[in-house]
Amino acid sequence: MRTLSYREALREAMREALAADPRVFLMGEDVGKYGGAYAVSKGLLQEFGPERIRDTPLSELGFVGAGIGAALGGMRPIVEVMTVNFSLLALDQIVNTAALYRHMSGGQFSVPLVIRMASGAGRQVAAQHSHSFENWYASIPGIKVLAPATVGDARGMLAAALADPDPVILFEHAQLYNLEDELPEPWESDIRSARVRRAGNAVSLITYGGSLPKTLAAARQLAEQGIDAEVIDLRVLRPLDMTTVLESVRKCRRAVVIDECWRSGSLAAEVMARIAEDAFYDLDAPLARVCSEEVPVPYAKHLEEAMLPQPAKIVAAARATLGDSQS
Amino acid sequence: MMRPPPSGPVPYEREFAVRLLHDMLRIRRLEEKSAELYGERKIRGFLHLYIGEEAVAVGALHALRPEDNIVATYREHGHALVRGMPMGVILAEMYGKREGCARGRGGSMHLFDARTRLYGGNAIVGGGLPVAVGLGLADRMSGTERVTACFFGEGAMAEGAFHEAMNLAALWKSPVLFCCENNLYAMGTPLALSEAQTDLCVKAASYGMPAQKVDGQDVVAVHEATKQAQLQARRGDGPCFLEYQTYRYRAHSMYDPELYRDKSEVEEWKTRGPLHTYSARLKAEGKLTEQAFLDLDATVQAELAQAVAQAEQGSWEPIEDLARDLYSPASE
Repeated sequence: MRTLSYREALREAMREALAADPRVFLMGEDVGKYGGAYAVSKGLLQEFGPERIRDTPLSELGFVGAGIGAALGGMRPIVEVMTVNFSLLALDQIVNTAALYRHMSGGQFSVPLVIRMASGAGRQVAAQHSHSFENWYASIPGIKVLAPATVGDARGMLAAALADPDPVILFEHAQLYNLEDELPEPWESDIRSARVRRAGNAVSLITYGGSLPKTLAAARQLAEQGIDAEVIDLRVLRPLDMTTVLESVRKCRRAVVIDECWRSGSLAAEVMARIAEDAFYDLDAPLARVCSEEVPVPYAKHLEEAMLPQPAKIVAAARATLGDSQS
Repeated sequence: MMRPPPSGPVPYEREFAVRLLHDMLRIRRLEEKSAELYGERKIRGFLHLYIGEEAVAVGALHALRPEDNIVATYREHGHALVRGMPMGVILAEMYGKREGCARGRGGSMHLFDARTRLYGGNAIVGGGLPVAVGLGLADRMSGTERVTACFFGEGAMAEGAFHEAMNLAALWKSPVLFCCENNLYAMGTPLALSEAQTDLCVKAASYGMPAQKVDGQDVVAVHEATKQAQLQARRGDGPCFLEYQTYRYRAHSMYDPELYRDKSEVEEWKTRGPLHTYSARLKAEGKLTEQAFLDLDATVQAELAQAVAQAEQGSWEPIEDLARDLYSPASE
C-alpha cells in the first residue's frame, strides 16, 4: 500500500480525471501557477495547460455560474471555490441555478458540475475564513454533498462525483489536507453510504469531515476508560445514509453526533431529529451532540479551541449518555 | 426626445419579411390571451407580458442558427415561441399541466426546451448571465461554432452577476451576445434611479467588447444589428453587447398597479409600436395587403385557439411524481 496525503490523493484523482476525459477541466482562483490556495492543483497547469487548469478572477458568483453553463454545454467542470466562506458569494448560482435546473426544466437539463471547497476552522485564520456551512448545502434538494474525511475518500469520491450527472459539492476540511495515510486499494468510490470507521457497541459517535479524526481520538480515549464506542463517518451529507446510522444506534442504544457547524440548525440537529423519529424506543439515553459554540470563530488559539468540538468534549458527551454525571 | 416611429425600407424578400410580422403577431396574441386567462384564474402565480417588446425577440432570434443557445428571463414566452416551442406546450406549462415543457413545475417564468436549446426561463435577475458565459466557454473549448444569446433587462445591469459575467466573457472570449432588453423600468424603478451611468453601452464597453444601441421597436434594426453581432462572436472575436431600446406596454406583472409612470408616456410609446409600424412599412412597400394581414391574424388566432384547447385538455401530473426529476435517474 502507498502512503500519501489527503492533498496528494485529491490531486491524483484530478489528474486521473483530466487525463481520462477531455471534457474535464478545473477552474478557480489561483488554481494555475499558484497551485491552488491549499496546493491541491500544484503541477497540473504544467501538465494540462491553461485552458484546462483555468485561473479565474475573484468572481465567485460568475465562475460558479460559468461552471454551471459549461456543464450544461457538455463539459465536466471541476470548480474550486477556495473556501466555503467565499462560496456565500456564489450561493445564488448554487442554490437558484445548479440545484433547481433539473427539476425546474422537467428533467430536460441536468448540471454535471463538481464544486470543491475547503471548509472548517482550527488554523487560527479567524471568523471570516473558518466557517462550516455543510449543513446549509445539505438542506438543499437537487444537489449532493460529500465530505471526504480519509485519504481513500479523497482519492475515490472525486471520480464518483464527476461521473454523477447532477451537481455535487465536495467539502474538504482544511485541517485534513496534510493528513497522511495508507491508500486502500481499491479505494472507495461509493458516494451513497456512511461507513463504520471503528466498530463498538457502547455508544454511537456519528460525525464527518474534519471532526472524524477528533472523534476517533475520543473513541481511543473512551476505550482506555473501558467504553467501546462505535464511530460512524457519514461521508455523504446529502442524501444522508440513515440505514447505517440507525443500525449503529439500535446496536449501541446511545448516540452522540459531532459536527463543526454552529449548534442551532446544525447537521447534527438533522441527524438527531431523524434518529428520534425512527429509533426513539431503541434509545437508552437522550441523544447528545457536540457542535461549535455559537460565537464567530475567534483568532486566539485558546479561544478557537474552546469554540470547536474537541476530543475531551466528545468523551464527556459520550460518558454522559452512559450516565456519568461527572462529565 | 422620443425617436420617430420606425420607418424606411424593409430589406427582405416578402416571405421572410412577413414571417417576422407573423412571429410578432403570434407573441402579441399569445400574451393578450395569457392576460385574459390570468383573469379567468387559469394561469396563476407571476405572469410577465412581453407586449410592446416583440420586435426584440423576433428580430434577434431570427438572426441566430437553430444550434445556438438561448438564455432568457422570466419574460420569455416570446423567446420560447420564436425558437419553436409549440404554443400549446407553453400554455400547458402556464396552466401547470403535465403537457407543459416542465410538466407544470416551472410555469410562466421557467420555460425550458432542450430541443431548441432554450436554457430557461431564469427568474433571478442577472442569474442567466454567468450561465451563458459557461455555455459559451464549453463551445469555445470544444471548438463548436455556436453562439449563446443571453437576454436580460436593464435592471440586471445593476447586479454583480452582470459585471462578473461581462468580465469573464471578454477575458475568455466566450461567444456570448449580451442582449439587453432595456424597457426603461426595473419593475417600477426608472433607469435614472438605478444607474449612475445611464448610458448602458458605456458600461458595457468598459469590459472591452463592442456595444451598440439598437431601436428595439424596429424589427429590422434589431435583426440587422444582431446579425452583425453574431457573426463577430461566431468567428471567435469574443462577446458583444446589444442594447435594444424598447418599452413594455403592460404592467411589470399582473400584480403591478403601475403607479410609477404616466399613461401618457405609455401612449406615446405606443406610437412606436413594433407591430403597427412594421406592418405599415410592409404595406407601403407592397409586401402586405390589409387582407393578407387579416389572413395572417386569422392563422394566429387558429393556432392560439388550438393551443388553449390543448392546455385545457391537458392532465395534471400525478402527486406521486412530486419528486420526479430532482436527480437524474442514473444517480438515484
